[in-house]
Amino acid sequence: MPDAAPLMPRKTSDGGSKTPRDRLLPGALRLERLALQVAGRLLVNIEKLTLDPRSVTVIMGPNGAGKSLFLRLVHGLIPPTQGWISWGEVACGEATRSTQAMVFQKPVLLRRSVAANIDFVLRRRAGTKAERRARCDELLTRVGLAGQAQQPARLLSGGEQQRLALARALATRPKVLLLDEPTASLDPASVQMIEQIVLASSAEQTKVIFVTHDVGQARRLAGDVAFLHHGQLVEYGPATAFFANPSSEAAKAYLSGRIVL
Amino acid sequence: MQDFAGAFGLAFGLIASGDADLFEIVGLSMRVSLMALLLSCLIGFPIGALLVVRKFFGRGIVIALVNSMMGFPPVVIGLLIYLVLSRAGPMGWLGLLYSPTAMIIAQTVLIAPIVAALSRQVLEALQAEYDEQFRSLGISRGRAMLALIVDGRYGLVTVALAGFGRAVAEVGAVIIVGGNIEHLTRVMTTAIALETSKGDLGMALALGIILMSIAISVNLGAGALRAIAERQAYA
Ligand SMILES: Nc1ncnc2c1ncn2[C@@H]1O[C@H](COP(=O)(O)OP(=O)(O)OP(=O)(O)O)[C@@H](O)[C@H]1O
Ligand SMILES: [Mg+2]
Repeated sequence: MPDAAPLMPRKTSDGGSKTPRDRLLPGALRLERLALQVAGRLLVNIEKLTLDPRSVTVIMGPNGAGKSLFLRLVHGLIPPTQGWISWGEVACGEATRSTQAMVFQKPVLLRRSVAANIDFVLRRRAGTKAERRARCDELLTRVGLAGQAQQPARLLSGGEQQRLALARALATRPKVLLLDEPTASLDPASVQMIEQIVLASSAEQTKVIFVTHDVGQARRLAGDVAFLHHGQLVEYGPATAFFANPSSEAAKAYLSGRIVL
Repeated sequence: MQDFAGAFGLAFGLIASGDADLFEIVGLSMRVSLMALLLSCLIGFPIGALLVVRKFFGRGIVIALVNSMMGFPPVVIGLLIYLVLSRAGPMGWLGLLYSPTAMIIAQTVLIAPIVAALSRQVLEALQAEYDEQFRSLGISRGRAMLALIVDGRYGLVTVALAGFGRAVAEVGAVIIVGGNIEHLTRVMTTAIALETSKGDLGMALALGIILMSIAISVNLGAGALRAIAERQAYA
């Protein structure tokens, strides 16, 4: 999506968008002086970040960099020790969370059938039983699980569980989709399926934040990339620039497959 | 006084012949305990779920209280219920003393805290797993409680079986509020106590054998259920 829209504002050095309209979009994440400290350890510490409200933002960084914690923080699941976070003009909290959906690194599925896991989310919204059923079928077909609708969800394979978790996230028609390594244990065909869903969602105005360790995947999806290291935001900018010429030593080392210290 | 072998012979004779008195007592025992169990589950499951989803101030104290209620001596509970239901008591006008209803009340007071405390323990692990996902999905507390109870069903049935085992085996409270009246409030445990003291070991032993079988079946049932739950990855 990088160079697709000619009217898109040029990204500034921190990748933020400057037009006033963009600041109102539900995907316009802004945060300042964000810090999370647990038992004396500073796990996340980001001075300032403004995300492009439309692109697919890919978050990269070595294990333990704080990527999952970052998603939890901006989703409003854990309160930061310090700093503020907002989406559009709304402070991060229950109101913003209700327009978002998150797929956790380890999928959490209900002890019910595959279809019941989807229906659990659909039931929150109005709609007849037939409508919910149709939507459920549609979602399961989209992630290639239509044939397993009646199976206990926890007997699905690891990759199938991740796909079900994604389908459930899509069920709420979120404005923001937070995906924590959603293709970590998927076969190549399923990876492609998920990537297509991500790009389609993004084209339908859903802001996607996607955590991955797969550099090839990041290149395929990313409009912009944020690189975290030791809880710090080391780099944020357009994907093309990031992959062509990462500015930080840590990102250089990470991309070339060396151990990041 | 019968001899040991004779008592067993009599006992199996009573069971095999389907003795009317014997099975009337067994039937009442089951009716009272099942009813008390039903009420205890209706009270205990939601309390267990509530203690898990709501981290309110003083929650620790409530949990400690419910836990300690598990260990209350049944005779004392029986005595308290007796005082409440006796003619001079606050609920004396209902005329419930020495009726099966009084026994159901006593057993419910006894079992509900057990069901609540055990179901809280069962649901705590489930809540730890579901909490973030539910908050992410914006699930209300009420729906979260219901979902925990539904998804914890196998664990909760085990809890109910434990409660039932405790209820049928209980003697102190039901003898005080029930009075062990023949054809009215005589249940297995009170009958065993009475028949033994009267020297009718055959009847006492027959009831004892049935009570033991129920206890064993309840345990086997719990084990079978756990196996089913694990097979479906629902444990
Ligand atoms: N609840 C917690 N309490 C204390 N420390 C935590 C907690 N959660 C995470 N951490 C620590 O914070 C750091 C960042 O964790 P996080 O899960 O965000 O890493 P990550 O970037 O997602 O790594 P990975 O690529 O392995 O998924 C880790 O060192 C972890 O040990
Ligand atoms: Mg992670």
